[in-house]
Amino acid sequence: MKTIAERLQEHGFFQGLPREQQNFIAGCGENSVFQSGDYLAREGEPADYFFLIRSGRVAVETFVPNHGALCLQTLEGGDIFGWSWLFPPYEWTFDARAQDTVHAIRLNGKCLREKCEAEPALGFELLKRFARITTARLKEARIQLLDLYGDRPPANPGAT
Amino acid sequence: MIPRIYRIERRTEEYPGAFTVHLAPNGEDVVSHDFSPGQFNMLYAFGAGEVAISMSGQALPGRSHTVHTIRTRGMVTSALARLREGEEIGVRGPFGSGWPLAEAANKELLVIAGGLGLAPLRPVIYHLLNQSKPRPIPRFRLFYGARRPEEMLYRSELEAWNREMEVQLSVDHADPSWHGNIGVITKPVSSADFDPKGCVAFLCGPEAMMRFSIQVLMERGVSPADIYISMERNMKCGTGLCGHCQWGPNFICKNGPVFRYSDVRNWLGIRAL
Repeated sequence: MKTIAERLQEHGFFQGLPREQQNFIAGCGENSVFQSGDYLAREGEPADYFFLIRSGRVAVETFVPNHGALCLQTLEGGDIFGWSWLFPPYEWTFDARAQDTVHAIRLNGKCLREKCEAEPALGFELLKRFARITTARLKEARIQLLDLYGDRPPANPGAT
Repeated sequence: MIPRIYRIERRTEEYPGAFTVHLAPNGEDVVSHDFSPGQFNMLYAFGAGEVAISMSGQALPGRSHTVHTIRTRGMVTSALARLREGEEIGVRGPFGSGWPLAEAANKELLVIAGGLGLAPLRPVIYHLLNQSKPRPIPRFRLFYGARRPEEMLYRSELEAWNREMEVQLSVDHADPSWHGNIGVITKPVSSADFDPKGCVAFLCGPEAMMRFSIQVLMERGVSPADIYISMERNMKCGTGLCGHCQWGPNFICKNGPVFRYSDVRNWLGIRAL
């Protein structure tokens, strides 16, 4: 059975991080398994964790009254889910639901925050990695908004 | 330059607003209609006009019939959409350059399609799957993005292809009955496991989709010289005579529609064109 530190080394998010920092972070992590339909996170609930998805597919959803759950994006092995633990009020802003069996490493957000405060170099390195991912997700969301495959670009009433 | 009369042998609805027609030469004289994957025909809806449509069927030598997948967008394609099996249309072609399959020999081929852009790449996929082993292009995979699952082309074929090659599908929106990826097609491309120095990419889809996909490929380290795109702009005559599709020093209908990205990237960046 691999240790959490070994699993962190395998995941793209932590690749290249010095071994001692990986070991330091591993103290905040545990293996977790979710079955299809299980929720990793629910909107509005405390965002205590950060997930490194090892395998399986996770749907990031929001609930629309009188309609049901709307999936905004799916994540899979190699992706991460959750940065709400980084910023007050530390609450999830979306639901995350396993679409099939999901194996993940669950890192405790409070523990990670404390480690980042204790070791600012590690905190800065982690924030850079999160910034890269949030930038990529923002770009993807913007491309989705373009409705690329529609008949024509979305109407832009502000354009002349 | 004179259209040959073809008959619509079979017509299938891909999804509302997109359909595929199988055309056979009308009359006794059976002519072969050889083409290279990526080339197009000018389809003539009598009384309405002509439109450039890529071949989307298998490029088998000696075949007389031709297959086209068409999206209803303007007057001519709407006229073509109204035609039923047994009715006639005019066909000129094939025109244009095809996908440079020889460039992908002994490399990995990434086929990246968006929406209706899968149609001009379908002959490539059949070409790859029909190769006898050991294949000259040993590894290939398809990334296909669409707006919704129900707006994907060739859905039954996608399932069949997935058994023989790696197929990554992604849609922008879907209801819970869809169990595949939701998100833009650039994401699976960005996380795919391939050697950027040993691959060639063929892209076809909306221009914005191709631009974002090229960004991702280049971030991964793929050379602009190993990226090929299929352009669709203002083609009218199919022979480079009318000038409608002039794009910098090129006529898309004659020098394209398939271009090496490194050859056209400057023109692609000029917004006034």
